[in-house]
Amino acid sequence: MTTNTAPTSSSKTGFFKTLIDGNEGGLKADGLTPAQKLSLRFVVIGLIYFGFAAIEGMLMRIYQIEIISFIGVEQYFGILTAHPLVGIFGSSYMIVFGAFLFVVPFLMKKPLWSLKVGQASFLLIAIGTFTFWASGFISHYAALYTLYWPLPADFDQFSALGGSFFILGIALVMVGSLLFVLNVFKSIMYTPEGWEKQPGGALLSSALGFTGLANLFRKEKKEHLVPLPVAAIARGSVDVALNALIITFSGVLILVYMVWHLFGVNLADTAIDALLYKNWYWWGLDLVADGLVLIFVAGTWYLLAMLITGKKLFMQNIARAALAVELIVSWTVWSHHLLSDQSQPAILKIVSGELVTAFELITQGIAIFVTLATLWLARPLKMTNELKFLLGGLLGFGLAVPAGIMQADMGLNRILHNTQWIIGPHVHVAIIVGLGMTLYAAIYALWPLLTNGVKLYSRWMSTVHFWGTLVGGIGMGAFMGMAGLQGMLRRTIYMEGEFAPYMWLAGISGALILIGFVFFMINIIMSVGLKGLLGIFTKSKLDTKDLVPAD
Amino acid sequence: MINSHDVLWGQTLLYTAYVVVMISVIIWFAYSVTKEGKNSTVSKTFFWGFVAVLVVVGFSLHLVTYNTIPWVKQDMHRGDTVAAQQFDIVVEDHEFILPADEMIVQCNELILFDVTSNDLTYGFGLFRDNNSMVMQMQVVPGHRNDILWKFEENESLAIRSTEYSGPAGYQMIVPDAVTVVGCS
Repeated sequence: MTTNTAPTSSSKTGFFKTLIDGNEGGLKADGLTPAQKLSLRFVVIGLIYFGFAAIEGMLMRIYQIEIISFIGVEQYFGILTAHPLVGIFGSSYMIVFGAFLFVVPFLMKKPLWSLKVGQASFLLIAIGTFTFWASGFISHYAALYTLYWPLPADFDQFSALGGSFFILGIALVMVGSLLFVLNVFKSIMYTPEGWEKQPGGALLSSALGFTGLANLFRKEKKEHLVPLPVAAIARGSVDVALNALIITFSGVLILVYMVWHLFGVNLADTAIDALLYKNWYWWGLDLVADGLVLIFVAGTWYLLAMLITGKKLFMQNIARAALAVELIVSWTVWSHHLLSDQSQPAILKIVSGELVTAFELITQGIAIFVTLATLWLARPLKMTNELKFLLGGLLGFGLAVPAGIMQADMGLNRILHNTQWIIGPHVHVAIIVGLGMTLYAAIYALWPLLTNGVKLYSRWMSTVHFWGTLVGGIGMGAFMGMAGLQGMLRRTIYMEGEFAPYMWLAGISGALILIGFVFFMINIIMSVGLKGLLGIFTKSKLDTKDLVPAD
Repeated sequence: MINSHDVLWGQTLLYTAYVVVMISVIIWFAYSVTKEGKNSTVSKTFFWGFVAVLVVVGFSLHLVTYNTIPWVKQDMHRGDTVAAQQFDIVVEDHEFILPADEMIVQCNELILFDVTSNDLTYGFGLFRDNNSMVMQMQVVPGHRNDILWKFEENESLAIRSTEYSGPAGYQMIVPDAVTVVGCS
């Protein structure tokens, strides 16, 4: 993409003018289509929620170095509960959904099925995230994202009213997610008004991989009607839907206990088997971590590789097959979260927990190889923002997936489960470096299309953002991992500074991530201007279903 | 005999080496991909070789740990094993209720810890004085939570809950709860 160098003028007038109007005139909101505005709204709110999660993360990093006196223990665990949910639903889901609601129709060469449904998704997820965040902040509802039964219904520790709002917020996010899934599949299958009838069934079959599967047994192979990135988005969306159904079901169950409690009746929590609950809940929850994230990320890598090189993907049939395998794997992999549960059947631990999980090394390895090979075959490439962030994202998953495979082993899990190793080298490196940098690459790649070619304000700011995220993310994961290997647990507080040296280093690394993010946001705001930024949230003046303006 | 300390050192060395290799590959790739190259193909043999390596690494990890880490077989066959000593522990209201103030265990003998939760999901972990972990398991209410362990060093160990059970859970520590004796 085209970028400018940082302005040399230090005049305040120039700075404030750029801040308000944007770089070289900034974003002309009046010229944005409804589809562009919709995607930009998702991305902007997603980035704001990333800021929430980053600040919460830094507060907890500081807390692990030295107890912050004005944050009580209940508040700390409230933050710990909100942090991953805001990060995943408020930030990652928003950015990913916003990008995909643009990419799917863009690649299918037809308008989005419904802008209204897209707008409903946006509002539900944005409001839902704020609802559960605020209820946790105010009431200190802190049952963590794991919600291990019967903790979410333990009203000796938590407010049932605060918890009800927390669950309501999550439910809104889930409904918004289901509407996103509906929009994706309808956009793939539907026939726009006045168009020649589209083969909806065949398109769906191609998107879900049935065509590819049938091709294995056909002499004359059918062509894939759906581009590979759209197939990835469709398959990841299946996991989004299944996840939303499980989380909603669990939420309703918890809500029943809360509502009865508010009416003065305490239902017996022993009515629910804690281990069975843990199994179904992790089955659904893991569809995020080990399902849609990996599938969406692989699809985004493929899209970026094709956009950057302008060429077809290397061995794309294998890449399609790997996506199908990943989908099946994501449905059967949950038991690696229960390797330390002694009553969990051994067969589930071995087959689901260890062996099926090992497939993730293979499918992600294939995705990394295919992406790198596609880039390699197009040498020489210019080291643009999207390329360097893409390489950062590949590195992130290249480091985090093997870390996850190691902990998904019955021998190693015995001494790693719930330590900082899990949350450091595996989770945070995967999310901040792997997923985060992939999303930034997608934002840079889609930037010209979404903003009608607004020029980026500063190249060096994007460089600071790149190195801050890469070094900070890997560094934080590494130091948390070192502490974990020394026995430091997650989800607890060390009052005596037992692991302070590691936590100082992890905190400094976390600060690098935050600094990088601040520079990124300044760069974005200075590029589009405050006028342009606010204009994203006004009604589009263009009455069109087209993705980009006709001119 | 291998203990948790040895296993974690091995893991640290292996994973660190892997990280160095992976970062080096990406740095080399980032440099090379911007240069004009001679070779314009990527061999399919190379690709399938890479996939084969992933398959071997992914599955052999579990075979290696099963055959080298002593507590894996021990854990899988604990139903058929008679322990030399057994300690029944109850957890309730964020407190460990121990059968004795100090549980003295014999070196190199199989010890069974059977932990019952009467309310929430907790964790049960043994930790050395330097806070490093010996082992842990989840403690799920309504289910049997038992773990078989063999100790090989004279030491005093703390019990700590390794699972979040609400804000009060971080205080669930019983120092010097287990004392290992009899090691030469």
